[in-house]
Amino acid sequence: MTLDQVFREEWGRVLATLIGLLRDIDLAEDATQEAFAIAADRWPRDGTPRNPRAWLMTTARNRATDRIRRDRALAAKSGLLAAGSRTEGSMNTTTFPDERLELIFTCCHPALAIEAQVALTLRTLGGLTTDEIARAFLVPERTMAQRLVRAKRKIKEARIPFRVPPVHLLRERLDAVLAVVYLIFNEGYGGRDELAAEAIWLARALAEMLPDDPEVHGLLAMMLLHDSRREARFQGSELVLLSDQDRSRWNTEEIADGRSELDRALTLGGRGPYVLQAAIASLHAEMPCDWAQIAALYGELGRLSGSPVVELNRAIAIAETEGPEAGLRIVDHLGLDDFRYLHSTRAEVLRRLGRTDEARDAYRRARELTDDGAERRFIERRLTELAGAKSSS
Amino acid sequence: MKYIMLIYQGTAPLPGSEESAALSEEEQKQIYADYGAVNETPGVTPGLPMGLPENATTVRVEAGKTLTTDGPFVGMKEAVGGWFVLEADDLDAAIEVAARVPAARLGGAIEIRPSETYW
Repeated sequence: MTLDQVFREEWGRVLATLIGLLRDIDLAEDATQEAFAIAADRWPRDGTPRNPRAWLMTTARNRATDRIRRDRALAAKSGLLAAGSRTEGSMNTTTFPDERLELIFTCCHPALAIEAQVALTLRTLGGLTTDEIARAFLVPERTMAQRLVRAKRKIKEARIPFRVPPVHLLRERLDAVLAVVYLIFNEGYGGRDELAAEAIWLARALAEMLPDDPEVHGLLAMMLLHDSRREARFQGSELVLLSDQDRSRWNTEEIADGRSELDRALTLGGRGPYVLQAAIASLHAEMPCDWAQIAALYGELGRLSGSPVVELNRAIAIAETEGPEAGLRIVDHLGLDDFRYLHSTRAEVLRRLGRTDEARDAYRRARELTDDGAERRFIERRLTELAGAKSSS
Repeated sequence: MKYIMLIYQGTAPLPGSEESAALSEEEQKQIYADYGAVNETPGVTPGLPMGLPENATTVRVEAGKTLTTDGPFVGMKEAVGGWFVLEADDLDAAIEVAARVPAARLGGAIEIRPSETYW
């Protein structure tokens, strides 16, 4: 394993254990960073230690202890010295408690703003630097740094607990964690690959720690299946619809991986929103596509979420199985007038019905609501195609 | 850890108001019982019951001059309606107590503010 890979794998674990020990995120982060810097300096020269994790944990803990010894006043406050001497023995063995779950539940606590939850999760579990997170979310580094500082201060001042929530809170809090991971994935879906990869990595870690939760596997499966089509979604910088995609550019390994996660979720009895979405994504990857089954799954998902956006997706599936008229009937009952995909879907269905003038109006309305480059250009192309066509209605 | 729990009335019916009278006797009893239960929760130090915001007086000093106006500092609906102090292990424990305050389910809200500690 290269140094980068070790760091990638170990950062979150070392940091989480240190936070568990020190109960101080800033101190733990500084100490972990120092330990990794020392490793980057020494390992290439002296060789990688036999147990890199133990080495990093011990070094980080010693760094923290040193820091506190230099500042006795702080030591009296944090109680680290007592904790340090108490754990001195156990910290030198090769087994450390894996406290990444405690950490992610702290980072995704609902008392923190969602942007702060995302940033903290990427910083602490993912090991991304403040600068990397800032670039991924297109905000100035200073803004991101302040967001992280404020979040860490609130955790400390309002005493947000560092623990896996008790059973009566677990479902709701785990859903909040999954929502953060999915949000990170969605940010990456528009082309910022590193965020999508990061989200998948986080979901894998969660699936490893919570092997019996179907929604965790469902989320991982859904993201893998969507990600498998990443290469095929664009031709150069142009958007390609699912039906027109070059299937040889789909990532078959990710599809297989996603399907096995989905199987696991289904075996566990999962029927939650992520499991359903994963099942839909899996059907989309099949040839020919089972649109009737997809429509049924969207129906089930819509009953769970009550979301008109899900209903819009069901309309697309219904347009495939029962014809564009049937799809249009659903679309026209949805409201969602400010939602660009409502108008692009409507336009697509009208186009297929040969109602060209109405299709053109709907594409124009979609274009008004779209500022994203590739999607806007896609609408432009459709409008150009329609310019030559005559309405048959 | 001490938290100051601020109760915002929002649209929750004020005691003695028409809206409050419109609630069934059973509902009113339940609300009183729930407030009583919150006050008796271990760690809770009840605040003094607050009068209505319409009887509030707001005072500012500008250029040495005392300016007095009728009503609360913020709007009637945004005014603090009550408070208590909670000693709890962590924010989750405080959130659980906050969720049991009747105003939280009747159109108001509870704001949890950690007391500043200098350690």
